[in-house]
Amino acid sequence: MKRQSIDKGVHSLFLAIALFSIIFLSLIMLFLFKEGIPIFDFITVKDFLFGQYWYPTDDPADFGIFPLILGSIYVTIVSGLIAIPLGVMTAVYLAEIATPRVAEIVKPIVELMASMPSVIIGFFGMVVVAPFLQQVFNIPVGLNMFNASLMLAFMAIPTICSLCEDAIFSVPTALKEASFALGATHLETIVKVVIPASLSGICTAVILGLSRAIGETMVVLMAAGGAAMIPMSIFDPVRPLPASIAAEMAEAPFRSEHYHALFAIGIVLFVFTFLFNILADYISYRFRQTGEASL
Amino acid sequence: MKNRRKTVQKIWFLLLRLAALLNGAALLLIVYFILSRGFTAISWEFLTKAPENSMTEGGILPCIAGTIGLCLVTIMAALPIGIASAIYLNEYSGKGKIVRIIRLGINNLAGVPSIVFGLFGLAFFCIVLDMGVSLAAGGLTLAIMTLPVIIGASEEALKTVPDTYREASLAMGATQWQTIRKIVLPAAFPGILTGSILGISRAAGETAPIMYTGAVFFTPNLPDSIFDEVMALPYHIYVLATAGTNIEATRHLQYGTALVLIVLVFGMNLTAIILRSKMRKKLRI
Repeated sequence: MKRQSIDKGVHSLFLAIALFSIIFLSLIMLFLFKEGIPIFDFITVKDFLFGQYWYPTDDPADFGIFPLILGSIYVTIVSGLIAIPLGVMTAVYLAEIATPRVAEIVKPIVELMASMPSVIIGFFGMVVVAPFLQQVFNIPVGLNMFNASLMLAFMAIPTICSLCEDAIFSVPTALKEASFALGATHLETIVKVVIPASLSGICTAVILGLSRAIGETMVVLMAAGGAAMIPMSIFDPVRPLPASIAAEMAEAPFRSEHYHALFAIGIVLFVFTFLFNILADYISYRFRQTGEASL
Repeated sequence: MKNRRKTVQKIWFLLLRLAALLNGAALLLIVYFILSRGFTAISWEFLTKAPENSMTEGGILPCIAGTIGLCLVTIMAALPIGIASAIYLNEYSGKGKIVRIIRLGINNLAGVPSIVFGLFGLAFFCIVLDMGVSLAAGGLTLAIMTLPVIIGASEEALKTVPDTYREASLAMGATQWQTIRKIVLPAAFPGILTGSILGISRAAGETAPIMYTGAVFFTPNLPDSIFDEVMALPYHIYVLATAGTNIEATRHLQYGTALVLIVLVFGMNLTAIILRSKMRKKLRI
């Protein structure tokens, strides 16, 4: 009898521990809101989100984060334009074309890309890519939107690639064989059968990859240039949301308006990535491939 | 007609190969630059001395010690919680609503931007729990960030244990907890180990979560309590590269520190990758 009661106790203990993730997530939201909301005593939500000027240390200070939001959106879009094709194409290559021996070499490379510390990618953007861009495009500053987007793409590719590969790999072989039997070439099978069958997985992968890019801090802090202006060209410096928090937290006095404003930026950032994740979860849950029935 | 289709396929496959190649080239390029320029900075003094002369000379020993300290705190906090969560999700739970909510929580935790973890750590560990900027606060912040990685990897490992193992044990009259402790965990151990190494390697390289919770510009002392503030490798690179007294003059120190960090992180990752491929080969036989 004693064994059974231990068993029950252990079961409840594990359930309690499994709830920690939810508790931490709730605590993160709670503290973001607790420290971020007070800024709205000084400024309306609309002026905060759509204000054109971010001069937090002036007197009187301006807390308009519109240029920062645009900066984040632009670098995410440009990095997506680079990372999505490259990530998906590499995944198709790995799952469909590469021989097992080659795949065994390429996969660890993708994993190592994923594990590269972000500060090193940002550092590389600063000391190698920036002077290179300056020379090649003959522009005044090498630390700009394009540089940051390139570096962010490097970070998003492994996420997109490995999740895509899982999705493509799980397409049932019978589907492919049916396509081959009808006389389709390998490429036609990939484009007309494999990719449509794994589309929900590919979409999820892309969303999660972009979500990683929009939340990435060190790269945009070091390589984006840091100017809180609305960019006019791809070679203008920008100051995305995470860069602003990271750069200014040290100088913001505890519980000052500036401090609360930075937490409010944290809320905006959290909401962005939260929505991305909910969307990814919804797509993979709603449109998941169950057998071959839904094709 | 048939030839044209073949040609189109050839061109596309070439493009796909090029895409894969480009990734490898990019990784190689970064590693090459850090390696070739950082190599000259590495010496015995560099690895065993504290920074000197307002960080323009000397070594990075406090940063290495700080990063190792942060990783230890992270392991001790994240590993038990992560493994227990994975056991619950894989061994006990059915397909109920609560599991779906827990999974949604884990997925969202995995997507939280690293700087937001930093903000949370600052507001919660440093201020509310009064830990200040310390090894404990930084390590715990990193632990929450690493948790989803460890849960995911442990779950994968538990899934590879065949159900027949569990059924045999239960049929012998063992309870579920006995089965998990004596049969499932030992069989899943190598996989859990691999996943944990990957999680810790990620924690070692992160900067944003520790900027305001654990790491400081400069402290000449090695940490001797978990409430000490520390230096850390990633933060040191950032500080030297952006806010040092003379950014150009310390370039070689920046490359050297970056090289040490890459060796540390890639070393852990390669260990995990090799362990895993050995394990897979064993499973196939």
